[in-house]
Amino acid sequence: MAMDANEIQKLIEEALPDAKVTIEDLRGDGDHYAAHVTSEAFRGKNRVQQHQIVYKALQGRMGGVLHALALQTSVPE
Amino acid sequence: MSDNPVFDFIQAELDGNDVVLFMKGNPMFPQCGFSATAVEILNRMAVPFKGINVLADDNVRNGIKEFSDWPTIPQLYVKGEFVGGCDIMREMYETGELHEYMKSKGFDPQYV
Repeated sequence: MAMDANEIQKLIEEALPDAKVTIEDLRGDGDHYAAHVTSEAFRGKNRVQQHQIVYKALQGRMGGVLHALALQTSVPE
Repeated sequence: MSDNPVFDFIQAELDGNDVVLFMKGNPMFPQCGFSATAVEILNRMAVPFKGINVLADDNVRNGIKEFSDWPTIPQLYVKGEFVGGCDIMREMYETGELHEYMKSKGFDPQYV
């Protein structure tokens, strides 16, 4: 029950081609990550909507295979 | 509303309580770090809330994710509005946004 950082990054970048994604493995167990995603797709959206965009990019893995992803989203400067 | 029967239960809880936290465990004994963080944030602000233990009923545990289109627990609702999960609560709390939000909903959040 785990994912690796590259897989997470790949999924997000596939869904958000312009995204800048940084991923940190918080515990080295492949189950607890922190990610910061910056994308134009978030502009004008509230936090819940921004996070939902990322969760959709992860195609249902969030809360399943991927137990914990501390997520931060932002819009390009 | 969709045909998921548990939505009626969820909606009734949201209609009947100003602040609802769908969580793992209960406010006295959270059973997950993220739920514990959410409880602590609400307690620090001294905002009264109802904790609903999704571990007690799988229908609620899965139904709430479908209800809000949000894949994880905990989930915070204020006056029927989905505010977010643990990440968003923590980020809003740290920036002071959660206090402003609660004030805008008629609460008197404390600053600890």
